[in-house]
Amino acid sequence: MARHVVAPASEIAPGKSKIVDVAGRSIGVFNVNGEFFALINRCPHEGAPLCIGFVLGRFTADRPGEYRLERHGEMLRCPWHGWEFDIKTGQSWCHPESVKARTYQVEVVPGEALAKGPFVAETVPVSVEQNYVVVEL
Amino acid sequence: MNVAVIDRQPDISSQTKLGIVDCDIHPYTKSPADLDQFLSERWRKMRASIGGRSRSPFANAPNYPRMSPFTGMRMDSYPKDGTHPGSDLGMMQEQLLDLFNVSYGLMMPLLGRGADERNVEFGAAMATAANEWEAQVWCDREPRLKAGVQIPLEYTEAAIKEIEKRAGDRRFTHVMIPPRGLEPLGRRRYWPILEACAANGFSIALHLGGTSGHPSTGGGWPSFYHEEHPSYPQSKEALVTSLVIEGVFEHIPNLRVALVEGGFAWLPSLTWRLDKHYKRLREEVPHLKRLPSEYIRSNIWVTTQPIEEPERPEDLLATCEWIGWDRIMFSTDYPHWDQDDPRYAFKAPLTEQQKRMVFRENALAFYGLE
Amino acid sequence: MSVPAPGAIDCDIHPALPGMQALVPYLDEYWRAHILMRGLERDNYTASAFPPNAPINCRPDWKPAKGSAGTDLELLRAQALDGFGTRYAICNVLHGAPAVFSEDLSAAMCRAINDWLAAEWLSKDDRLRASIVVPMHSPELAAKEIERMAADPRFVQVLVWEMGELPLGRRIHWPIYRAAERLDLPIGIHAGSSYRHPPTNLGWPSYYLEDYVSWSTGFAGVLNSLITEGVFVEFPRLKVVLMESGVTWLPGWMWRADKTWRGVRAEVPWLEKSPAAYAREHVRLTVQPFDAPPRADQLQRIIEEIGSDEMLLFSTDYPHWHFDDKDALPDGLPEHLLRKLLVDNALKTFPRLSP
Repeated sequence: MARHVVAPASEIAPGKSKIVDVAGRSIGVFNVNGEFFALINRCPHEGAPLCIGFVLGRFTADRPGEYRLERHGEMLRCPWHGWEFDIKTGQSWCHPESVKARTYQVEVVPGEALAKGPFVAETVPVSVEQNYVVVEL
Repeated sequence: MNVAVIDRQPDISSQTKLGIVDCDIHPYTKSPADLDQFLSERWRKMRASIGGRSRSPFANAPNYPRMSPFTGMRMDSYPKDGTHPGSDLGMMQEQLLDLFNVSYGLMMPLLGRGADERNVEFGAAMATAANEWEAQVWCDREPRLKAGVQIPLEYTEAAIKEIEKRAGDRRFTHVMIPPRGLEPLGRRRYWPILEACAANGFSIALHLGGTSGHPSTGGGWPSFYHEEHPSYPQSKEALVTSLVIEGVFEHIPNLRVALVEGGFAWLPSLTWRLDKHYKRLREEVPHLKRLPSEYIRSNIWVTTQPIEEPERPEDLLATCEWIGWDRIMFSTDYPHWDQDDPRYAFKAPLTEQQKRMVFRENALAFYGLE
Repeated sequence: MSVPAPGAIDCDIHPALPGMQALVPYLDEYWRAHILMRGLERDNYTASAFPPNAPINCRPDWKPAKGSAGTDLELLRAQALDGFGTRYAICNVLHGAPAVFSEDLSAAMCRAINDWLAAEWLSKDDRLRASIVVPMHSPELAAKEIERMAADPRFVQVLVWEMGELPLGRRIHWPIYRAAERLDLPIGIHAGSSYRHPPTNLGWPSYYLEDYVSWSTGFAGVLNSLITEGVFVEFPRLKVVLMESGVTWLPGWMWRADKTWRGVRAEVPWLEKSPAAYAREHVRLTVQPFDAPPRADQLQRIIEEIGSDEMLLFSTDYPHWHFDDKDALPDGLPEHLLRKLLVDNALKTFPRLSP
């Protein structure tokens, strides 16, 4: 298990994401209203590049015909078959108990702390003035 | 249901090593004007003025809006130049033909709409243009791609002319007929076209589609794509019923039919039902000399996509067994949203022999390739 | 395998109207005058979906010496009720009345059929129960007729055809479902069409055999509609019973419908469960004509795939001809299913069978 610096926190604005390669894995890092989350960039269904899908809210309804959009920006829709995943947990909308996209621990770490290590920061130049997104795997 | 989390780079699995045959690929034009070079001045003008008229409410959109852009394309298939998914050969090679080591890809173009154009002369011109486009723009640049002959289904003479024109041209492997024509395909009005297919050595690929004007269900038009999408198997069931019961295979015993983009789990039950009711009502159809199941076994093949996903994955293997492994052919449906990836489509393991049959050999034999 | 199983509940039998003439005494004054003026009592308005003399609709040893199969109460008693040891049998009249284009005339004929059924059948054998015939193309009049007939506890279900003017899930039909749910009446959806549209989406087939085979594809469309539109979300106590189109098509439908739901459910966000889950909870199927596979192990697998032992209901489909002698069930049904299929499932589905 190592902690990988994947981007300056300022690079991924709220509602945005970045796909990074970490230790041979493609991972999507998402900023959901200021909080960061990381998901494997591979749909558990048929292997699609999950993290290039639309980031959306949760489409829901209290009863037929009464539509509601909630939890804006917290769902990810697979670019192939449209399966929806909760960015925060990786759980699928349709089968939350049994179908999950792998998630990874993410934290935002000040550059100062990074200088102390141990972190892997092969591709992201680190400066003490900034905060960084760090993914653990 | 239970799905294993795929968190590693995929192996190049044995089905891709062996050189697969993909029985359903959709090439698109970059612009509708791409067909103009193959149209006479009259039809170029028609295309640009009134345009195509099918039996549906929208000029350039399907009855049921899809759930992703470009009428339901997978979202990583958009070419960088902003043109239509499936219109860029390089991208198709990268995402499909090279990635999966595809030996042959059977093209099922859904453009030109010659088959169900209400102005049948215009439809005939559009079908011819689409065929030229397939051959020149795709096959000549990528010989692994095989073309389907598009025909104006409701204009028999022109359809037969087009079939005869493409016979012997190795770029064309199949005649493509949208099942939802004006009448069920087994009706006698279509027999001359079906005879021409068999006589000229073409298999027919019945890819879902067509604008018959008839509702998707016998009880009327559904409201949602959520109903329309799962209605495709019922279309296939009606198609098999029509071809078998109307006597097409008794009349044209060497006609070979592939059902494309309907999945296949519905077929065993339909077969049992047909046999059961045939026994009771056979006096109505004395032209049939064999059980419906026997015609199905000898004349009908299915393609896999959109592959059914049972709650217990191994149930799909039993279904395949009941249909016959030699009648099932793999298809991706690239670049549509509901396409299947050959590495993950089957959620239960196939034997090496089953893989060879489904991913390659059945289709080579069916389409007369190699 | 051979039934009888004493106490079985037969969920689909077909007493037949001998002709429109039989309805005349049951019409109100206005409609009697109207119908006699037009001479409609001389036409039979038989549903073209069920030609009464087609072999599949008329088992030879169940045909009376005079008249169409299903018109003779004594024969029905002896053959359908005594013959199978039936405790209750639910009468579904397949007359053309619901297909009459005028909503008002259709409703008048439906009312007369229900009253005729109560007087000439239900009152003559207390094993008989019935479904309420309604003009489905007029939800208002249909709901009214449901209210009227529900006062008679022997009516245990509402009867509609699978193929009418609009898909059955459409909201326009919801007054019918609202009344039915409140009155403990399942919606019995029977094979057949009022032929407002071709029975297949490819158009009009040539042969009756094709129509008959299409009934189960029609049911797939019915389920897609009812579930997608949210009928079972809006009416959580409602049950529907699919009659006379077999059962082995169900697993394939479930797999495909669930697959679509996973990708497309955002279009219909009221669906909190998969289509198969709604079906297992709300949908029941009568077993005849049983579209059995050739082998018992195949049948057992399909029963497992259906994934619920509460969905199947016993039926003979009397006097239609799907089996000979008393072989009303296929071999190979698991023991635990049999008791439920013959009795318990029906009692749970039709609350009015347990007063």
